[in-house]
Amino acid sequence: MTTAARQCAIAASGLRKSFGEKKVLDGIDLRVPQGTVFSLLGPNGAGKTTAVKILSTLVAADGGRASVAGHDVAADAQAVRAAIGVTGQFSAVDGLLTGEENMLLMADLHHLPRREGRRVAAELLERFALAEAARKPAATYSGGMKRRLDLAMTLVGRPRIIFLDEPTTGLDPRSRHAVWGLIRDLVGEGVTVFLTTQYLDEADDLADRIAVLDDGRITAEGSAEELKRLVPGGHVRLRFTDQAAYQDAAAVLGGAAADGEGLSLRIPSDGSQRALRSLLERLEAAGIEADELTVHTPDLDDVFFALTGDSTRLVQPARSTEAAR
Amino acid sequence: MSALALAARDAYTMLRRNLLHARRYPSLTLNLLLTPIMLLLLFVYVFGDVLSAGIGGGGADRSAYLAYIVPGILLMTIGGTVVGAAVSVATDMTEGIVARFRTLAIHRGSVLIGHVVGSVLQSVMSVVLVAAIAVAIGFRSTDASALEWLAAAGLVVLFATALTWIAVGMGLASPNAEAASNMAMPLILLPLISSAFIPAETMPGWFRPVAEYQPFTPAIETLRGLLLGTRIGDDGWLAASWCLALAVLGYFWSTALFNRERG
Repeated sequence: MTTAARQCAIAASGLRKSFGEKKVLDGIDLRVPQGTVFSLLGPNGAGKTTAVKILSTLVAADGGRASVAGHDVAADAQAVRAAIGVTGQFSAVDGLLTGEENMLLMADLHHLPRREGRRVAAELLERFALAEAARKPAATYSGGMKRRLDLAMTLVGRPRIIFLDEPTTGLDPRSRHAVWGLIRDLVGEGVTVFLTTQYLDEADDLADRIAVLDDGRITAEGSAEELKRLVPGGHVRLRFTDQAAYQDAAAVLGGAAADGEGLSLRIPSDGSQRALRSLLERLEAAGIEADELTVHTPDLDDVFFALTGDSTRLVQPARSTEAAR
Repeated sequence: MSALALAARDAYTMLRRNLLHARRYPSLTLNLLLTPIMLLLLFVYVFGDVLSAGIGGGGADRSAYLAYIVPGILLMTIGGTVVGAAVSVATDMTEGIVARFRTLAIHRGSVLIGHVVGSVLQSVMSVVLVAAIAVAIGFRSTDASALEWLAAAGLVVLFATALTWIAVGMGLASPNAEAASNMAMPLILLPLISSAFIPAETMPGWFRPVAEYQPFTPAIETLRGLLLGTRIGDDGWLAASWCLALAVLGYFWSTALFNRERG
């Protein structure tokens, strides 16, 4: 085991998995350094859950290798399990037991001494704002409460690596932000988080690195900023009220495109200070004054649509990033 | 802790979880208990006078018929209780909690062992309850020696273990609780076509093999012999063999189904 591999909480190369005829993962590579948040972003059916299942030892890969916490997921599954916590897509709480009993069940399964188990359970219930409902059956909890209990159960064994498969799907905005806050706290404690999501703002908000998974392949990887730079879409929009000024500007700024139906121009730009200054200088020199100037940087939505889904809908930027990679 | 001690500890944790379920939501177990109790009362008090004429060469009365059917009713109680095991296993598998168990560094089989031990304990308690009702309405087994009582208890536990492993397999093979309940239904119906209510010799010739070559009949005959002193003969060995075969088959079937990948 090399030092580099040990510092990598999760490493995978060439992971492949098919269910029957359907190829779900078609050779994916992952590297997640310790203490970071890694997000696998993709539409439904992209293979996100399958990736989590392989890395959390629930299913075996057809090909490729993966190690989690320095242990091979296929050869040493029990050692992997001892190091991880998993919160799946569907709530993994025992609805017939109370919140407290669910927590104590986890404490017993982690072989904590009785007193220690009670302490950890009480502490986590308090921290996840469930202390009041601790004696009620989990089946009576709201979606947000179930999710919080689910996360609390995942933390009983103090895992150093946590897998969260779409942790906020189906939650209302308040509960989503509550879960985000809890995830940030975990990262603050040095826990490595592997997060799958179909929400761009979630990945943008939480993740250090994002991999875009589409149809079983990783089509792009980087920080949110890096990904945004990969796709076209950054532009400056100039709006005019005066027809003459609009036409002058269109003539001066070659490469500008009419934007919408009104008197608006869309000029490709990376939104940097230098690009803006040069644009303004050209307008100034030609004596043109725009009524409104707005800068649009691509958001992860642009990235998402550009890199996933059916390629006929879009101008294939995915291919160019593939080449760039 | 040794691997075995850890496995035992995990299984005990799972057992506690299942018993907590059963204690908190007893309606499933109680519903399944109704069938043997109803049949006991129905056959003794409604059909008893007519049916008793057909046993022991005729001339037996209702209390003799009560004595005749109690062993079958007791084993039918086990058949009913394990339907509950099939349902609760199937319910468990549709919930995320079992997926969570699979990602923990626990003994793999503990989930199933917890179900089996829990169901056997429930079966024993149900048998005791139904036996108490039988005693209350006049059943007596005063001739049985302590050894015979012990053997009868052993048979109940062995039979419950065998049927439970089969029921657990049925629960795992079912997509949901309803399907599990349907699939396990023969376990409660088989006694009706055994020697539980009338001797196999009194059945029509073409039907007799159905009653003779199934696990309930030798088990019932053995229990009857232990409690009432009737002849056991080969039925003792047959019953034990059936139980062992079913338990082993159910164990391997269940384990294979449980370890199967669920995409």
